[in-house]
Amino acid sequence: MGNFGVQFRRDLLVAIRGRTETANPIAFFVLALSLFVFAVGTDSETLPRVAPGVVWVVALFAAMLSTENLFHRDHDDGSLELMLLDSRPLFLGVLGKLLAHWCVSGLPVAILSPLAAVFINAPFEIITILVGTLLLGTPVLTLIGGIGAALTAGLGRGGLLLAVLVMPLYIPVLIFGSGACYRVLDGATVTGPVLWLIALLAGSITLAPFAIGAALRGSQEY
Amino acid sequence: MGSIKDVFHRMGSPRFFYNGSSLWVRGLYIGGTLGLIIGSFWGLVLAPPDKYQGDSFRIMYIHVPSAHLAEMVYFACAMAGFVYVVWRMKMADVFIAAAAPVGAILTLLSLASGILWGMPTWGTGWVWDMRTTSVLVLLFLFFGLIALRQAIPRPDRAAYSVAILALVGVVNIPIIKYSVEWFTTLHQPASITFANEPTIETSMLWPLLVNTIGLYIFIAGVILAAMRVEVLKREQATEWVRDITRSMQR
Repeated sequence: MGNFGVQFRRDLLVAIRGRTETANPIAFFVLALSLFVFAVGTDSETLPRVAPGVVWVVALFAAMLSTENLFHRDHDDGSLELMLLDSRPLFLGVLGKLLAHWCVSGLPVAILSPLAAVFINAPFEIITILVGTLLLGTPVLTLIGGIGAALTAGLGRGGLLLAVLVMPLYIPVLIFGSGACYRVLDGATVTGPVLWLIALLAGSITLAPFAIGAALRGSQEY
Repeated sequence: MGSIKDVFHRMGSPRFFYNGSSLWVRGLYIGGTLGLIIGSFWGLVLAPPDKYQGDSFRIMYIHVPSAHLAEMVYFACAMAGFVYVVWRMKMADVFIAAAAPVGAILTLLSLASGILWGMPTWGTGWVWDMRTTSVLVLLFLFFGLIALRQAIPRPDRAAYSVAILALVGVVNIPIIKYSVEWFTTLHQPASITFANEPTIETSMLWPLLVNTIGLYIFIAGVILAAMRVEVLKREQATEWVRDITRSMQR
């Protein structure tokens, strides 16, 4: 597990020491939520109804925008090359990096989501399922986003290209995540979508790091 | 054994491919057009109207083949991506480059015909159920393949990245395929499966099969022709391509 731990600790330290950059996804999350409220209006009928979907979409954007920088700096300063030259499995190194990244992007968003839900007048009964689905779903978003970030690493222009590559793959996560919240609102059982989220998480943890590793090896020769 | 290996090696050579494929394109175009004409005439004119849907079910003869082909073209792109990642065969990447726009157009065609079919039968053109959504995702996947290639300046790196993206996106194919069985949706489940008797009347089934096979052949011709253009573009600095352009100018 050496590679995993090394990458995890290093990336977490870098993230914690560069505080403003780490705070950006959270600031974005809160700001984009309030933008939605301004646009939709504070009508007490519609706002609770759209709330779970809005929280999920904004969390998705926060995850996508933050993955853009996942490999850029490492690519520029050469530490990415060192990770690729390491004889230990690349799979674990990549997984460590992604876990560290999730701890400073997806995890805080999931933890903040009850606050955000109250903030936009979401019904109280969905808060548990909202946090639960975000805890299950945001790692999948980070893993899939990592593939896009690895494919565009060193191109110097992620942005919209990354969105085009990654967003189609995000759609199932979004459907099951916000779908579970709406099922609670409608009084239906949530087992189905939650099991789907778990399946997506298991699938992406096992497969995405391979794709990311392969894409990173390719990115070194631009 | 030796001869099979020989063919495999020569298949990877753009020049061999270009010289060997010109007759194929012509044959596939003729066969595909014939199949489409026969199938469409049979389906749109000769087949009996549906008991519930009347004549509007005839959109099926366009909708089902194009949707099926769109899926299969993506699947073929993913297989070509696998071939490129593992064996670095140049022609596999030429295939993805040529097939991605064709697949995007087929996906658009299936979405458009689906909307036209939905309006008289479902009462609405667009439903956000799993089937329509995942076909829309398929469209964006094709766009992604095209956009990523254009974004990466070095052709060989672009080829590798696009191949990986094609492989990653292939998870969407089973989701499309089984979306109507796993989820309760408005879209009807498949009428034709390998395992069971088709739940479609034989007089309606045959034109559909003819049209689907016709479109398979036609699209194979289109992709092959596009691959030939792509080969000429990539090999334009070589002597054999210059010979071709010189003979064309004459």
